Amino acid sequence: MFRRYSIQLILVVGGGLLTYVAYEELLNLYTLSVLMFMGVNIILSTSLNLVNGNMGEFSCGHAGFMCVGAYVSSILGVWLFTKDKVFGAPILDPEWALYAFPFIILAGGVAAALAGLLVAIPSYKTRGDYLAIITIAANYIVISAIENIGSIGGSRGFMGMKKVVNAMGDVVDLPWMPIWVFIFTIFCVWIIRRYVSSTFGKGVNAICQDEVAAEIMSVNTNKIKTVTFMLSSGLAGIGGGLFAYIIGYVNPGSFNILKSTEVLVMVYLGGMASLSGAVLSAVIFTIMLEALRPLQIIKWVVIPLLLIIVMQFRPEGIMGNKELSDIFPWMKRFYRFK
Amino acid sequence: MNNSNLKPDVQPVLEIRNLIQQFGGLKAVSDFNVCLEPGGLIGLIGPNGAGKTTVFNLVSGFYQPTSGEILINGVNTAGLKPHQVTGLGVARTFQNIRLWNDMSVLDNIRVAQHGKLPYGFFHAIARSGRYQSCERQIEEDARELLEIFVLQDFADEFPKNLPYGTQRKLEIARALSSKPSLLLLDEPAAGLNSADVKELIRLIRWIHEQFDVTIWMIEHHMDVMMELCTYIKVIDFGETIAEGVPVEIRNHPAVITAYLGDDNI
Amino acid sequence: MLVAIFQNIINALQWGSFYALIALGYTLVYGVLTLINFAHGDIFMVGAYIAFFVATFFLTTVGVPGWVALALTIPLTMILTSMVGVALERVAYRPLRRKGANRLYVVITALMCGLILQNANLALLGASRKAFPSMITEHVYNVGGVIFTDLKIAVIVTTILSFFALQKIVTKTKVGMAMRAISYDKFAVPLMGVPIDNIIVVTFVLGSGMAGLAGILFAMSYPILDPYMGALIGWKAFIAAVVGGIGDIRGAFLGGFLLGAVEIMVVAFFPSTFRDLIAFTVLLVILAFRPTGLFGVAKTTKI
Repeated sequence: MFRRYSIQLILVVGGGLLTYVAYEELLNLYTLSVLMFMGVNIILSTSLNLVNGNMGEFSCGHAGFMCVGAYVSSILGVWLFTKDKVFGAPILDPEWALYAFPFIILAGGVAAALAGLLVAIPSYKTRGDYLAIITIAANYIVISAIENIGSIGGSRGFMGMKKVVNAMGDVVDLPWMPIWVFIFTIFCVWIIRRYVSSTFGKGVNAICQDEVAAEIMSVNTNKIKTVTFMLSSGLAGIGGGLFAYIIGYVNPGSFNILKSTEVLVMVYLGGMASLSGAVLSAVIFTIMLEALRPLQIIKWVVIPLLLIIVMQFRPEGIMGNKELSDIFPWMKRFYRFK
Repeated sequence: MNNSNLKPDVQPVLEIRNLIQQFGGLKAVSDFNVCLEPGGLIGLIGPNGAGKTTVFNLVSGFYQPTSGEILINGVNTAGLKPHQVTGLGVARTFQNIRLWNDMSVLDNIRVAQHGKLPYGFFHAIARSGRYQSCERQIEEDARELLEIFVLQDFADEFPKNLPYGTQRKLEIARALSSKPSLLLLDEPAAGLNSADVKELIRLIRWIHEQFDVTIWMIEHHMDVMMELCTYIKVIDFGETIAEGVPVEIRNHPAVITAYLGDDNI
Repeated sequence: MLVAIFQNIINALQWGSFYALIALGYTLVYGVLTLINFAHGDIFMVGAYIAFFVATFFLTTVGVPGWVALALTIPLTMILTSMVGVALERVAYRPLRRKGANRLYVVITALMCGLILQNANLALLGASRKAFPSMITEHVYNVGGVIFTDLKIAVIVTTILSFFALQKIVTKTKVGMAMRAISYDKFAVPLMGVPIDNIIVVTFVLGSGMAGLAGILFAMSYPILDPYMGALIGWKAFIAAVVGGIGDIRGAFLGGFLLGAVEIMVVAFFPSTFRDLIAFTVLLVILAFRPTGLFGVAKTTKI
């Protein structure tokens, strides 16, 4: 009984602990925000891993979908709950902010999933490096489009999300952002695990390994590609929405190819198609990014150098295509990663 | 197998009428006709490059024919995608083994039932009752099939680590897991040694008896064909040059010419 | 109207020249290794900086006349830039290839190498932009209202000449034959006694040399250098190479000019902020109709 629910128990205790620590301000704001970015990075790397690892495509425009999610949920939140220069008075009572927040984030995810069609539909005919180009172009198109919409700030960016966060705190006095990030991170990993471990989702792996065989063995490859791309970009949108509310400010420049590159690095550092690898490498990468912050500009020389060295020694990433439970079999008693 | 000896009340498993496939200027298949009634074990032979695999690719929907009709269990496959054709009850193996090498043997069998899944994405996420019972059923069927093929010990192994003969066997098992009414075997004996070939003959005969399935196979090993098939079609340069029972084919002058060349040249 | 068209054509050819030269490097390496060398845009940037140092050295330290300096700078820059490219291949890509790593890990390594080049440059030389010294005086010509400089014409002519030179090398020489052979079958070629690593080095020399040349020409045309100048132009040149059909040098050449033309046309008719948006949309549409690019041959799956 205990074993069966142990992982749920650990998560609930962990979440509770996090809430308590954040509430009592035992952690400073900086550490807390690093933890929240870690959550966002986990969402991004696991969701990109679905396409780049499990499906074997090479998508390098993940930040574009993140951007869609960030903007949609930011605008929605600001429009509904705050007094804003562009949108005027709040549509709903700010007291509802807390209950509406998950739906706002999810709406960002849905919008990003629809943007994912921009890549999913070409993927029916195009594969490999040609599809990689389409993802890069999609990234540029999204950013460029937002830069050209003046009413939401264009390239100057969009803000006002802090007010929504504060409105949530006014309803119930809890550190809501860490809680939501925690919940959505778990939600994201949970969805991906359930997807890839179902027979339905195993079609993704089949497409990766032999698309022709998959199609002839009755896998509807176009449908699976659509679902996978939409799921991946949708989750990236959720990550983007959370990112926007953590910082309280978004601008298109922060979702450029460099951001996509960061996510790519996390995926390949963790190991292709390894869910626990993606989580692990997101955690390591976030910590590394923060630990090397004092180096300032040299940080961006040291980090790539470290990654190159890691790849020379482990040319299949930290975990290869294995899961934690393959390496430590005792974990299987508590949780199977696949 | 000919239209002449087909009983009118039996729905043919596969009917091909005037099939033509053209690649640019090359006529890979020309005016191909066949009618397979349920329960047959039919052979398709011909020299290399005769268009045998092209016929299979056309039947499994991988190519769209230039002209002609393919009916599977009475349904015209024109415009259908390969997975839809498979859904009509066709399964096949490949000349060069095409297993999913980085998925366990069990998963290889499971994914082949993808077309019959009664649940979609949201059921998979929610782990609904339908999902649970369906997954249980799939796993049960898959394990049962592995046991029938004596592959149960390899269930968690990756196909790439299996010996070649076992991979061939697994590919046939995977094709059967979608419970097809027509099984296309594309050179199942290619690359096997003589002991393996003997076992394969036994296996195919046994599958033909055990599973309610029509088998149509391409093979270069003549002894396999002569021993197994009840009817053989011979094509060369896309044209049907002979058809009949094995004894007829063995002594057919056109077949001998196609394989060994013309004496008069 | 006609004047405006000619003016835009000249601008498009000049702007496309840079894309074409860089795309040639992408496509050469891709053709041989099926590796997207994402560091290539930054090699172009390094080329521009090398040209800066070499030119400054000749002009101020040695004190030779401008045209001598130019004549010395071009070959020297190309050689030095090729050495950077070869160094990346030797230090980062080759060990991974030897270990049989997944192709995408090499791509990620290339991305990382690009970041290192950019940021090491930033760390070493500081964030201030460098002004490129002028070696020759530009002359402005006006033919019936179409205004152009001799430098613009020189850029276009150089690009076209280097394309023909490269085409000659790839199609007519023994090395070129080996390069094409590797792109068809990299397992069989070593068995035929072709020293595959040497051929790869030659590929990187040619590709990076082209990037170096593009660096000089770019720096002479737009004499302000900054460490991030290679990133965007590099990504775009890669896209140009793919639209042309990656692996085919005619495709890269044409793709580069096509992208240049699209961008110039967009700027001529729309606000310049729409440049990326429309240019990329056009490229997406092209890829939708020709999924393997203009010159790319669709890979047929055999079963």
